Amino acid sequence: MFERLNDTFSGLFRKLSGKSTLTESNVREAMAEVRTALLEADVSLEAVDAFCQAVVADAVGREVTKSLQPGQEMIGIVYDRLVAMLGEAPAIPQDASPEEAAKAMMAEGPGILAVSPGPTVVMMCGLQGSGKTTTCGKLAAWLKKRGRSVMLVAADLQRPAAVEQLQIVAETVERDMPGGAAVVFYGEPEKSAEYGKAVGVAVGVCQRALAAARAKGIDTVILDTAGRLHVNDELMGELQQVRRALNPHQIFLVVDAMTGQDAVRSARAFHQKLEVDGIILTKFDSDTRGGAAMSVKTVTGAPIRFIGVGERLDALEEFHAPRIASRILGMGDVVSLVEKAREQVSEQEAAEIEAKMARGEMTMEDFLKQLRSLRRMGPLKSLLGLLPGVGSALKDVHIDDKQLDRVEGIVNSMTPAERRKPGSIDFSRRKRIAGGAGARPEEVGGLVKQFDAVSTLSSRLANMSALQKVKAVKEMGASGVGGLPGMGGLNLRSKGSTHMQSIKSRFKKRRK
Amino acid sequence: MGLFRSVISKLKAGLTRTRQALTSGLRSLILGRRLDEALLADVEKMLLEADVGVAATRRLLEGARDDFRAGKLTRSEDLLEHLKRELKTLLGGPAVEMAQSPSGPTVILVTGINGAGKTTSIAKLAAKYRAAGKSVLLGACDTFRAGAVRQLEIWSERLGVEVVKGQQGGDPAAVAFDAAKAAAARNVDVLIIDTAGRLQTQDPLMRQLGKIRSVIGRQIPGAPHETLLVLDATTGQNALRQAEEFSRHAQVTGIFLAKLDGTAKGGIVAAIRHGTQIPVKFVGVGETPEDVEPFDADAFVEALLGE
Ligand SMILES: Nc1nc2c(ncn2[C@@H]2O[C@H](COP(=O)(O)OP(=O)(O)OP(=O)(O)O)[C@@H](O)[C@H]2O)c(=O)[nH]1
Ligand SMILES: Nc1nc2c(ncn2[C@@H]2O[C@H](COP(=O)(O)OP(=O)(O)OP(=O)(O)O)[C@@H](O)[C@H]2O)c(=O)[nH]1
Ligand SMILES: [Mg+2]
Ligand SMILES: [Mg+2]
Repeated sequence: MFERLNDTFSGLFRKLSGKSTLTESNVREAMAEVRTALLEADVSLEAVDAFCQAVVADAVGREVTKSLQPGQEMIGIVYDRLVAMLGEAPAIPQDASPEEAAKAMMAEGPGILAVSPGPTVVMMCGLQGSGKTTTCGKLAAWLKKRGRSVMLVAADLQRPAAVEQLQIVAETVERDMPGGAAVVFYGEPEKSAEYGKAVGVAVGVCQRALAAARAKGIDTVILDTAGRLHVNDELMGELQQVRRALNPHQIFLVVDAMTGQDAVRSARAFHQKLEVDGIILTKFDSDTRGGAAMSVKTVTGAPIRFIGVGERLDALEEFHAPRIASRILGMGDVVSLVEKAREQVSEQEAAEIEAKMARGEMTMEDFLKQLRSLRRMGPLKSLLGLLPGVGSALKDVHIDDKQLDRVEGIVNSMTPAERRKPGSIDFSRRKRIAGGAGARPEEVGGLVKQFDAVSTLSSRLANMSALQKVKAVKEMGASGVGGLPGMGGLNLRSKGSTHMQSIKSRFKKRRK
Repeated sequence: MGLFRSVISKLKAGLTRTRQALTSGLRSLILGRRLDEALLADVEKMLLEADVGVAATRRLLEGARDDFRAGKLTRSEDLLEHLKRELKTLLGGPAVEMAQSPSGPTVILVTGINGAGKTTSIAKLAAKYRAAGKSVLLGACDTFRAGAVRQLEIWSERLGVEVVKGQQGGDPAAVAFDAAKAAAARNVDVLIIDTAGRLQTQDPLMRQLGKIRSVIGRQIPGAPHETLLVLDATTGQNALRQAEEFSRHAQVTGIFLAKLDGTAKGGIVAAIRHGTQIPVKFVGVGETPEDVEPFDADAFVEALLGE
């Protein structure tokens, strides 16, 4: 989708080339495409329209950065706005990394999940099957890891075996992470009854659980409530009663990331009745674009705190707006790229090259190594298409094996000194190298030039934000770095690599 | 209207619902308005808000737009009729009756992503077959999720049917084997197999469905006779991917559209029907075993358009 947006934008703004500001009519035309893209990502129409309006206001009259095409500028505006909109999180700085966010949530006193004096009371709510019970266990594990004791309270007396499910979840956390702060379970299974016959009973269960938690000195109490429809007044009333009786510090609305247009209706109703404090999006390990994130954020204004990325109890991540924004816009799921790339590129090898690149010390040999690992990575486009920002630039790039062999041949006929300092390759050396590799001297020259550009870019990229990187790479693509025919896209690899490093560290963290 | 019969009965039972207030029908949208581009845009909006999706919505309105621009479609009421016709043709089609084995147990395999409503839908199907005087056996092949077996077991107790279960964390195909064997030995009429929720992106888990199928097929020739995909009616465009992938791995023969009692319209099935031939067989409209109805394309379309 991003590729398409990118293409369309470039087309739309082509006539604008050379002009320096975005005009209202151009922006509106471009927004029609954004609208479609967002709708396809399941963002609710209502949220789409609100967002597009804000973007138009942002964009009209804006000066186009000198080095950018207007279409690129426009994508930048859309992306930035989306990140800002998703990331708005009271009490946590907007640009906080996941680690910083976790820290802020756990801060003594003002912390979202650590009020003092305790216990902090957290209530989960949401539609049926959204993932509340599982997320209770994930939160318990998350808190336990940070030294907090937790009581999981079975306030769902309606769904068959809901109490048992939560009990097993609590036991699983203790089994997987023995010792340290305790995760205990509170339930009154004998109070369970068939649908509609235990409404209201949960209030008493929660009150008794809180008293028990106080007596035990538990840090956090998490209430697992039954799934319910937002239009079921009786069951919504029960949640309101629990809220009044216990005054939870955090009410989390748990939303399935695959939810479609209905997300605005249900989230709005839950928010109206309960004043939700935070959102948790589950099942983000699916291949949904996750537009529900934007819908829910739009109608509740509540911060998105966590995303669920699997069924296991460690599959919970702190929310990171840029990542979800990229995904909604179809800019690719970086993590899955890394997962694939990991299998092909040895970590150490990659790290070494990365470090050299950052210092601007990359040699022709490294370049060659990169090309080779790139080749090993298999179907190129499917992989690089996953990287944010690469977009349409890559679509037309063919790196065929013959071409790669040629580059390899050229590098092989350089002396070690030449490979380390390609700048030293003058005309006579070019001729010699070309002769050795069965290539033309211009091809050697082209390769050297391209190499220069790559190494300059990669050291520059090391200190840029994600969006700046996208822009820089585009700019470079647009400037048409000379080189071997059909090799124009190779330079993008350098971007992938620098990118990959930060992603990799994040990925490792996730796998812990 | 058939589709919401059980909802209405609940209404009568004193459960307050605000559904009506939340929907504004197509008829009220077009009432007293001229047919023009603005009206077409509003109708498009309505379809999009029902999760029909951009591509399917465009295709649905394509003919109407052309006819309008050519001056052949002039009245807004005709637009309404046009749309209903298109949708009903799309969603109707092949018979939606459940397959039945000519001899021996009929086996129904129930699949779908996490939390879609599989286990509850199985309770509904079991209740339906029981009411029709059939003997039913359940196979608890979700050996993964906490409390999953117990959940199905509670349903089996309430409904008075037997259940075959295995070890928590055990091989689901082994449970399927036991269940199929028991079904054949006891010569029950219907065996319904519950499976663990899985995402269509999880390749090994998707392949596991194939294994379950072949294990059942070896015990009972021709089984499974039905493979249902349970879809959550609140799901957006991802349901298309679900339909594609589950079909590819498990040869889905029908859709069970659960949770249609909320405010979601389930328009995604229209998009699915644009791309596949999988019929919708049932709709789930609540959490009790009675909350199920055979899919009725006409009623569904009326509800989709807020009529
Ligand atoms: N893949 C994946 N599955 C998840 C995630 N979170 C929950 N699930 C699964 O979704 C299904 C439903 O989860 P539950 O925790 O039972 O949902 P719930 O909201 O408590 O359901 P009710 O209590 O019936 O309303 C289970 O199969 C979970 O394992 C997630 O982040 N990713
Ligand atoms: N309102 C409503 N709720 C439903 C319907 N069908 C199922 N549910 C509820 O949705 C939740 C999940 O249902 P399950 O049957 O456990 O779903 P599942 O697909 O078996 O879940 P996993 O096995 O965890 O993947 C439960 O709370 C059910 O009561 C329906 O038609 N309407
Ligand atoms: Mg639950
Ligand atoms: Mg189940």
